[in-house]
Amino acid sequence: MSGLLVTGIGVVAPTGIGVEEHWSSLVRGEPAIGPVDGFDAERYGITLAGQVRDFVPADHVAPQLAVQTDRWTWMSLAAATLAAEDAGYTAPEDAYATSVFLASGSGGNEFSQHEIQGLWAKGPRSVGAYQSIAWFYAASTGQVSIRDGFKGPSGVVVSEGAGGLDSIGWARRVARRGTPAVLVGGTEAGLCPYAMLCQATGGRLSTAVRPEDAYKPFDRRANGHVVGEGGAILLLEEPAAAHARGVRRVWGEVAGYAATHDAHHHEDPAPDAVQYARAIRVSLADAGVTPDEVDLVLADGAGVPELDRLELDAIGAVFGDRATPVPVSAPSSWTGRLMAGGSALNVATALLAIRDGIVPGTAFLDDPVEAPGVDLVTSSRVQDLSTVVVLARGAGGFNSSLVLRRPREATS
Amino acid sequence: MSAQHRRVVVTGIGVVAPGSMGREGFWDMITAGRTATRRITFFDPARFRSQVAAEVDFDGVKLGLTAQEVFRNDRFVQMAMVAADEAVADSGLAFGADGGPDPDRVGVTLGSAVGATMRLEQEYVQVSDAGRLWEVDPRYASRFLASALVPSCGATELAVRFGAHGPATVVSTGCTSGIDSVGYGAQLVEDGDADVVLAGASDAPISPISMACFDTIRATTDTNDDPEHASKPFDARRNGFVMGEGSAVLVLEELEHARARGAEVYCEVTGYASRCNAFHMTGLKPDGREMAEAITVALGQGRIDSDEVGYVNAHGSGTKQNDRHETAAVKRSLGPAAGRVAMSSIKSMVGHSLGAIGSIEVAATALAVNRGVLPPTANYEVPDPECDLDYIPKVAREQKVDVAISVGSGFGGFQSAIVLASATRRAS
Repeated sequence: MSGLLVTGIGVVAPTGIGVEEHWSSLVRGEPAIGPVDGFDAERYGITLAGQVRDFVPADHVAPQLAVQTDRWTWMSLAAATLAAEDAGYTAPEDAYATSVFLASGSGGNEFSQHEIQGLWAKGPRSVGAYQSIAWFYAASTGQVSIRDGFKGPSGVVVSEGAGGLDSIGWARRVARRGTPAVLVGGTEAGLCPYAMLCQATGGRLSTAVRPEDAYKPFDRRANGHVVGEGGAILLLEEPAAAHARGVRRVWGEVAGYAATHDAHHHEDPAPDAVQYARAIRVSLADAGVTPDEVDLVLADGAGVPELDRLELDAIGAVFGDRATPVPVSAPSSWTGRLMAGGSALNVATALLAIRDGIVPGTAFLDDPVEAPGVDLVTSSRVQDLSTVVVLARGAGGFNSSLVLRRPREATS
Repeated sequence: MSAQHRRVVVTGIGVVAPGSMGREGFWDMITAGRTATRRITFFDPARFRSQVAAEVDFDGVKLGLTAQEVFRNDRFVQMAMVAADEAVADSGLAFGADGGPDPDRVGVTLGSAVGATMRLEQEYVQVSDAGRLWEVDPRYASRFLASALVPSCGATELAVRFGAHGPATVVSTGCTSGIDSVGYGAQLVEDGDADVVLAGASDAPISPISMACFDTIRATTDTNDDPEHASKPFDARRNGFVMGEGSAVLVLEELEHARARGAEVYCEVTGYASRCNAFHMTGLKPDGREMAEAITVALGQGRIDSDEVGYVNAHGSGTKQNDRHETAAVKRSLGPAAGRVAMSSIKSMVGHSLGAIGSIEVAATALAVNRGVLPPTANYEVPDPECDLDYIPKVAREQKVDVAISVGSGFGGFQSAIVLASATRRAS
């Protein structure tokens, strides 16, 4: 039995719009992090962010739809279109055969800040008709489903940074119950003053002013992360349905997935990484893969020393007995953390890595922490990849692990 | 399905609803046909078009939360914690003790449409100097804003509270969140990823920004002079929904797991399905086609014939188009059986608490199936020719039903249905 196939990828990320732009930026090792443009983030102790600087909404979203929606939804609409185009997917005659199952973390931030400012500065009548549909967490899923005519069982999950992987976990349940195609992943856009302030209160943002000093997962000078925006949307299809419509390309197979929760503390991670390791183990068992068979792990890469150590502990607990240390990279370091969009983007990155046999390195990893049993990838390298594990965590203790496999050679 | 088919039962229920205390207070209230809608007291609503709501007189500390839990959490999380406490106590599961459930096999699915909107607004007012500043002032921010920004903090609080190490998530599909979260929880059990799931929903949207955004699209009622009769689902005089708040949490359990410990079972979850109308973010086509599809698919999962359905717990928001749409959906899916089915909307009494109401309604439906009493539609007086089913006017009805459906409809085009069957039902 085969898992769902990834047949289309749409990327809207600080590294670029479209899979190839994103990938070539990663392979070249170009950090997409820079000074925050648009408002004075230094009030919140923040200088840097990963912004999608060349995103022109009008290129992707019809004007009458753009006025009803937040930047986060524009990015989802754009990424969904790119994914469908990449897959050569058009809505089938049975409108119920396609679902939209996205992750969201923070909803329509910038749109909402404008409306709530109007409310408090001028009164209730200044709140526009679209606030009710633009800010809530289901807005992007709803708008994609409406624009593209997809009527299948659709949903929205929130598990902070783990959301992108969790949307894939839920898509598998949808597919098991008879829906052959599901759009998954998500985007995020939290780069407006109020959302930035909210994130800053969590105490996990780097206050560094130079990109090379800021978001440095697994480095001895790790000091927090940089916030980014964007993400990825992917099309997953049942193998039989994909082949029946003459799928043009298979990026890879979703071979296994698992999620656990630390259930330890409302903010702090569990000090033992036991549940994080369990998520990895269960996902491998789900895929029928042994730790020895894993060619690469794309890590969550929190960039906070304690969280980095716990992640290495979890990876070490699962992979530590291998003859050769498992390669581990944290490509989020190039873009900043995109919350729900980030784990979805890492799935796209993993599939690109499998396609080309290139492992992207971790940005600014100059002085790696000690990581027994782990081969931290400091710069891009060439390596054939068959099985890749993508990890993600959500603030509060969410742990998710996804196993991707190279597409099997077509047999006739 | 094969012999491995895992069945899901409800073994615990907790409710935080307007106008009452706990599950039994809620049940007494809705079966008495009493309404909890009143003029808004949380803020001065004078400048708003809709000035009524169904508020909960909620004091987290009196209900067992610590001062810290109240301090760090938005109201929607506090309500979920209280509802979950009641549900877990009701289930008899000894979390964290010998003989309790395996923590790795306990999941959490918590629905919420708008998350910590109340706290986000209150803190916004502080840091923006009441809307004067676009670049808000960090000196007045609390350190819990980061978790308030992302509603998964609610699932975390429940997981921590009961030591649940299984899959956890917040489900946020607008006004179907509370049906979907129970449906997802049931799927976790069916798929073998958990044996026990705390599944529910919570929302606390009675704040100026939420009231204003429904005002501008005239989705909420303007019957301000008679709050007790403001929510009038299916009645020809209906003129919009009444905002509500609250939470319900259900303990879902795999049937054999429940049997092995001799648990009391409220009912079985035999089916759940959701569809999108792909039509409009707020508008509904009158034909009810996609909701009907969800109902049909959900019934089919349990191989239940439409003739067996005795009760439909309606979305019944009390807007012109919803109630017409939903009536059409029930007729389309149940066929001639729709003419015999009893249907009611408890939003007539507890208002519309956005994502939470779905779980509150699933709780009401589970109690109705278990106790053989169907809650009424309060305030129903003037029939609407387009809404011509049996809406159980005003007075609860003693009637044993083997199968009941709870349905929901929400912004974004989401349409969901869940099917509950009596534990004593004999499959035909």
